[in-house]
Amino acid sequence: MTSRAFQIIAGVVKERSGIVLMPEQSYLLETRLAALLQRLGLGSLDVLAARLQSPGSDGLAQEVAELLTTNESHFFRDGKPFDHVRAQIPRLHRARAPGLPLRFWSAACSTGQEAYSLAILIAEAQEADPALRQRRFEILGTDLTRSVLERARQGLYTQFEVQRGLPVRMLMKHFTQVEGRWRIHDRLRQLCRFEQANLLQDLRQFGRFDVIFCRNVLIYFDPPSKTRVLEALAAQLAPDGLLYLGAAETALGLTDRLEPLPEIRGVYRPSAAARRAIA
Amino acid sequence: MECLVVDDSAVVRKIARRILEKHGFRVREAADGAAALEALRAGMPGCILLDRNMPVMDGLAFLRALRGIPGGDRPRVIMCTTETAQEKILEGLEAGADEYVMKPFDEAILIDKLALVGALPGAAE
Repeated sequence: MTSRAFQIIAGVVKERSGIVLMPEQSYLLETRLAALLQRLGLGSLDVLAARLQSPGSDGLAQEVAELLTTNESHFFRDGKPFDHVRAQIPRLHRARAPGLPLRFWSAACSTGQEAYSLAILIAEAQEADPALRQRRFEILGTDLTRSVLERARQGLYTQFEVQRGLPVRMLMKHFTQVEGRWRIHDRLRQLCRFEQANLLQDLRQFGRFDVIFCRNVLIYFDPPSKTRVLEALAAQLAPDGLLYLGAAETALGLTDRLEPLPEIRGVYRPSAAARRAIA
Repeated sequence: MECLVVDDSAVVRKIARRILEKHGFRVREAADGAAALEALRAGMPGCILLDRNMPVMDGLAFLRALRGIPGGDRPRVIMCTTETAQEKILEGLEAGADEYVMKPFDEAILIDKLALVGALPGAAE
């Protein structure tokens, strides 16, 4: 790819999402756009760049921007947060009245792997602990990008997608192979609901959550927006609920509504100030 | 951590070796199941990357033989094969595989699977 072609494609992404791609990320263009090139019969990224400059390329530009800004998503990404949340489920279960659901939110769910990882984890926790079987669970997945939500709702993944982070025994147990792809079982799919949401807009409609995953999203925002998102999420968190950020992200210095758990990096609970605000 | 790569394709062995060495593994190679059993005489590796369809002795026969010999329960075995139908995968697990890589694979997938079975050097050696 020529540097001119890189500039054109990066320009399209910046204009539509605010995200800045660096030249050393040109590998991202090659991997993320390969399927698009093939589908449209375009020979190279240079040809795509030329196409983006011709009239009537608006839809194409939108698709390119979405392909390049969608978070990489795989099952049980980073492992540790899932181990941690699994250990929290009995505590949250005991703390809630019997009829209330335990509610989980995958706040930048992309194609659904995080939400379904939570669903698998819940199913396995219920299998291990009969007391949890009476509890109702709800998982909400939201994302800014509508096209990924459609994929998330289908719960259908390629061979590549199911191999990252997902132990093969879980694949065998919770998925069925359909024409070379893998579909998550309906029982788990029915735990999850997927909706479009911009984290900078009003989030109160989604209700109160016991666990929120919002990982590798804040990195895309400037500091004032980070504060706004974190405080909005804190306001949707139960007083004894938990917020999971990405391993490289922090709420420190951005808000006093959240305080980190001492035992694990990147996990926050509402601070005393936030609990007062909630009450 | 030592990894024995068992595959009749020299190209696949070379790709696997490159990835494994990059992540600190010592690598041995065998081109079929019988050669792999022979290679075990020099000591049990920590993990085995195992193709399924091979001449002389296939991956499943090797795996069943391995799990039957003293100390043969120790290596973490990751099957790495183009046989990706659900029932074939189950067959591999029943024969004693710990994990399963569906070809084609890439570095990220292989490393993820090694981490899942606790075989990454420095993790649980």
